[in-house]
Order: sequence, then structure tokens, then C-alpha cells
Amino acid sequence: MDLSLLIIQALNGVQLGLLLFLVASGLTLVFGILDFVNLAHGSLYMLGAFICASLTFLFGNFLWAVLVALPLTGGIGYLVERFVARPLYARNHLDHVLGTFGLILVLDTLAHLIWGPAGIAVPLPHWLDGQIALTETLVIPSFRLLIIGAGLTAAAGLFWLVNYTRLGMLIRAGASNRTMVAALGIDIQTLFALVFALGAMLAGLAGMLIAPITEASIGMGNSIIITAFVVIIVGGIGSMKGAFIAAILIGLIDTMGRSFLDDIFKLAMSPEAAETSAPAVSAMLIYIIMALVLALRPQGLFPPRTR
Amino acid sequence: MKKLLTLTLAAGLMSTAAWAESVKIGFVTTLTTGAAIIGTDMQNAANLAVEHLGGKAGNLDLEVIFADDGFAPETGKQATDKLVKQDDVDFVTGYIWSHVLLASRKSALDAGKFLISANAGPSQIAGKLCDENFFSTSWQNDQTPMAMGEVLNRQGVKSLYVMAPNYAAGKDMVAGVERTFKGEIVGRDLTKWGADAQLDFSAELAKAKASGADGIFVFYPGAAGGAFIKQYDQAGLKDTLPLYSVFTVDGLSLPKLQAANFQAVLGSRTTQEWDPSLDNAANKRFVADFKAKHGTYPSFYAAQSYDAIMLIASAVAKVGNTEDKDALRAALKAAEFESVRGDFKFGTNNMPVQNFYLREVVADADGTWTTKVVETVFEDHIDSYAAECKM
Repeated sequence: MDLSLLIIQALNGVQLGLLLFLVASGLTLVFGILDFVNLAHGSLYMLGAFICASLTFLFGNFLWAVLVALPLTGGIGYLVERFVARPLYARNHLDHVLGTFGLILVLDTLAHLIWGPAGIAVPLPHWLDGQIALTETLVIPSFRLLIIGAGLTAAAGLFWLVNYTRLGMLIRAGASNRTMVAALGIDIQTLFALVFALGAMLAGLAGMLIAPITEASIGMGNSIIITAFVVIIVGGIGSMKGAFIAAILIGLIDTMGRSFLDDIFKLAMSPEAAETSAPAVSAMLIYIIMALVLALRPQGLFPPRTR
Repeated sequence: MKKLLTLTLAAGLMSTAAWAESVKIGFVTTLTTGAAIIGTDMQNAANLAVEHLGGKAGNLDLEVIFADDGFAPETGKQATDKLVKQDDVDFVTGYIWSHVLLASRKSALDAGKFLISANAGPSQIAGKLCDENFFSTSWQNDQTPMAMGEVLNRQGVKSLYVMAPNYAAGKDMVAGVERTFKGEIVGRDLTKWGADAQLDFSAELAKAKASGADGIFVFYPGAAGGAFIKQYDQAGLKDTLPLYSVFTVDGLSLPKLQAANFQAVLGSRTTQEWDPSLDNAANKRFVADFKAKHGTYPSFYAAQSYDAIMLIASAVAKVGNTEDKDALRAALKAAEFESVRGDFKFGTNNMPVQNFYLREVVADADGTWTTKVVETVFEDHIDSYAAECKM
């Protein structure tokens, strides 16, 4: 186990963490401010990936496709808010779950009707398909560096938005005390619609970034949504800082677990036992962390201040 | 007396002929989730087989009922139960996934139905759990990687890094290549599998590169195959860590890889029991009609499904009804049908005894990416679990 492998795996972990942050940030905003459990957030991730894939084939350029697909996904997020979420705000969380679970099924089948059962592989421009040598031994694929860059830019943009703009102030106020914000005369409907659309755009961006590596496929959102929920529970619901730190933490733990757990296990047990148990345990790790957080600090690691 | 006997006999024959007018085949495959692309290919091939047969098996009407296993063993078992109990099919076939087949086999076999696997070949069902009513038109999971191990030996590869998904077939593939490969296995990674399979292999590829192996052996069927090859290409490993795969590069992933222009896959090698370029009349007809109808080359899943329907139809046509189970069993075992593989015969455990070929990814005359046979690796290969079968 040498240093360069450790650094590469750490970078892989950070990349996964940033993708998780993009999904989790939208989720935590919607859950924290709108108090709306949106299971269909993963479907927005999937739709972002598919729209970007189709546009890449239409324009012949991946980056243009991302720029056009982002507002389109935001628009879809607005439509979801207007027609599915808004009627359900007054109801309890179980109704939210039922409604958005139904929406997942509808969107999955819609994707199947529009794009077919096969996934779409997204071609990248030539300069994104190579590798970048950070040092002599540290070689990382260019596209993964782009993901890290895009994730950090989005995180920085969100940080600026939430802390230094009026909209961000309203978002933070809404996360602390929604009723008071409405009582102060702020147009809560528009605020909610904007937050929902922003969350959809972030999730869509994550989907667009992962699609060239894996592929845009139906149901791709269903596994990441569970991990995103784990992230926001660990980080604290409604908190951007919490979502960021928890996402990086979980991305690192998951990647390091997959990379080094079997070597660690081999110190204590036979190679065959290590090789069969390590994948199972590394898949469980993030849920064990979530269980610990819920047991010891149920409000999450960095909950927003509420009164 | 004699006249009475002849009359009764004639009446008996007429009544059975009037009764069993159609043969129903249940086809369990994956029609939803990301793996639906495989199921759709098998469905297309099965329908093409029915079309080539004119919708009839001998004098009986042929009906294929498709059911979805949702890429999960419990759903596959439920689908099998429904086909066997509610639809009362005579034959059950299909089954992409080994864990789905293992979960469903009892439902079909306990009801006395014939179970014909068109893809999955878990070691258990070729060995200890073999059954006189089970047949396979595919292979036993270990055989294809065993052929690859032999190829690796011939090419002088001394150390290997192995990656496969963590389920029954993944483990069989790893066991298969380790059975014949004479070099050293420097690392083994079994990744998460299922409907939400792990599709980002960054950590595992970094480990493989750091291990300094001569080559990497992978088994990633369906969508994961395309994802793996993409990431392998993006990590720039083509020259430092040559790729040897089974069931990863096929008629389903090649169109997607071609659309995304992943040139790294051209020239890569894989082993299999069938290839679109195999030179026999049945295969030529199958490939040409499939390509004309669906616009792509059929995959091996499709070829095996086509063979399964043809095998069943030949047995039913020979016996003339679906009631005489012993005659049907004997007819199935005799396997007198035109397989797309050429000569076809079953071994003692009802698994095919067949050739395995080394195939290379090339562009055909129209520029479409497909495969062609380079050489025959094994001739009339019998799987390693035949001895464990007490039949």
C-alpha cells in the first residue's frame, strides 16, 4: 500500500463525495425548508443525465449539452413542485413519501417510453477522455478532475448564494422557521418553487457528470437517493455545511472501504474469508455510520440553528 | 375382438390429438431495470424463432409467454410460480441470472415441468442439483472463463488481476479462470451487484493498476460492461494493463461503445461458445434475419434463446404431444435440431458439450463493430461439474 495509491483513492473518494453533495444539497434544501420528503429527487438526477445525453448527441458537444440541460432540468423541477409537491405540503410526511414514490414509478416508465430500456453512453470530447499526470506516479483521468472541479465550484456557488445573497438569507430563514418567514410577508410560494428548481438543477448536474463514466440508465437515481438520505441524516437536515462535510466523509469512507478493507481484513482472517466479507462490510459501512449518528447525535453533525 | 381393439385405439389417438393442440413455453427474463436490454434481446430472438417455425411445433401451435424477473431472485421465483401454476406452461425457459435460476428451479422442477436454461449456468445445477428435466442451451458458468484462462496461458500472461460482480455467476467466473490459468492471481475484487449495482470502478481500477499485474480479467454483463470499459479507457490502462473479458463485450454493449467511440475495445479479446460469424446454415439465417429486423447483431443471449425455442419445438414435433413426458425427455436429450452453434449434443448432466472460441472485436464490412472467431480454444468441452451429477 503506497502513498500514491492512497492519494488516488482519496481523490476518488472526494469525487464520489462531491457528486453525493450535489444530490444531497438539493435534497436537504427541499427537506429542510419545504419540509417535503422528495423521494423522486433521484429521478430528477436520472432525467438530467438522459436529457444531457440526448443533447450531447444533438449538439455533438458535451459541454454545451450540460449548459442547456441544466435550466431544462430546473424547469422540470419547477413542474414537479407545482403539480406534485404543492398540493401535498399541508399533508404529513407519509403522504409525501407515497406521492413522490409514485412519481418515481411514473418518471421511470416515462424514461423507458422516451429513451428505451437500454442506457445511453455519453461520448466525451477528446480532451476530456485522457489522463492528467499530477506527478510522475499520480495519474488521474481528466474527467474525474473535472467532476471534482465542478463539484467544488457548485459548492462554492451555493456557499455564496446561501450566505451572501438575499435569496440565501430567505433560505436560511426558511430552514430555521418557515412560519415566521411567511408571517413576515415573504412570497413563500415563489421561494419554495425556486428552491425546488435549484435542487433539481443540482441533482441533474450530478447525473450529467456521472453519465459519461457509467451511463444514463433507468433507475440510476434509485440507489443514489438512499445514499443521499444517509448523507443528509448524518449532516443534519436543512444544513448545507452539514451536507457538504457528511457527503465528503461518506464518499471517502465508501471508497476507502472498497479499496483497503480486504487488505485490513486479511490481517485478521484468511484471504478467502477476507475477500468475501470485505465487499459486504464496505457496503454496510455508511449505514453503520448513519446508525451511530442517529444514536449519539440524532439532529445530525451540523444541524441548522432553530428556535 | 381385433376390430374393437383397433377402434378403441383409433378413438384414443384421436382424442389425445384433439386435446393437446398447443404447447406453451414460459420465458422468464429481465424486462425491467437497467438490464432490460438483455431481456429484450432474448425476447426478440425467441419471437424470431417462433416466426421461423411458422408459429408451430410439428402439428401443435406454439405459444411463448414472457415473464419479468426484475433482476431479483424473489421476483423471478414468483414469475416462475405464476407461469407454472396459473398459465400451466409445459416448458419453462429463459433465465439470464444464475441466482434467479437457482431460486426458481424448484418451482419448475417440482411441478414436473421441463426447465431449459437459455443463459444461466450455475455450478450447482450442473453438478449436485442436476435433474433429468433440466437442460441447458447455454453453458456452465465456469467454461467460458476456463477457455479464457487457457488463452492467457498461451499468450504468456504471468500475473492477473481479477474483477467480477459479487453473486453466484461472478464467483463461478473467477473460479473458472483460476482453474485453468497457470500464473499468479495478484488481486481479486468482487463488486456490489443487483438492480443498484456498483457502476463506478475508480477504486478497483486504481488498485488493479497499483498491483502491477500483466493483465486484468473481468466479468461484467449488461450495463456494467459498458461502464467498466469506459472507465478502463479513461484511466488509460490499455497499454499497461491489457483487458481480458468474458460476457462483457457482446452484441449489446458494442453498439453503445461504438456510438460513444470507445476505440479501446477494438482488438480486445473474449471467449464464447458462439459468434455471429460461425459458418453454418442455421446461424447465417438467424443472424441475417435478426439484423434485418432489429438493426443490430444478435448477442449470445439471443443465440441461446433461439436455440432453446428450437430445441423445445423439435422435441414436441418429434413426440407429437405435450403429455408423454418420458418421450419428450428423450427427444430433448437427443437434441436433434439445427443449432446456431452447428453440431449440438448434451453431456451426462444435460449441459451442452461444445466448442469454445477465442473472439476478437472488429469492424465488419459496413463498419459496424462486431466480433469474429480467431481460433478454437476448446473442442467438445465438458464442464467440470459433470462428475458430481448423479444421473
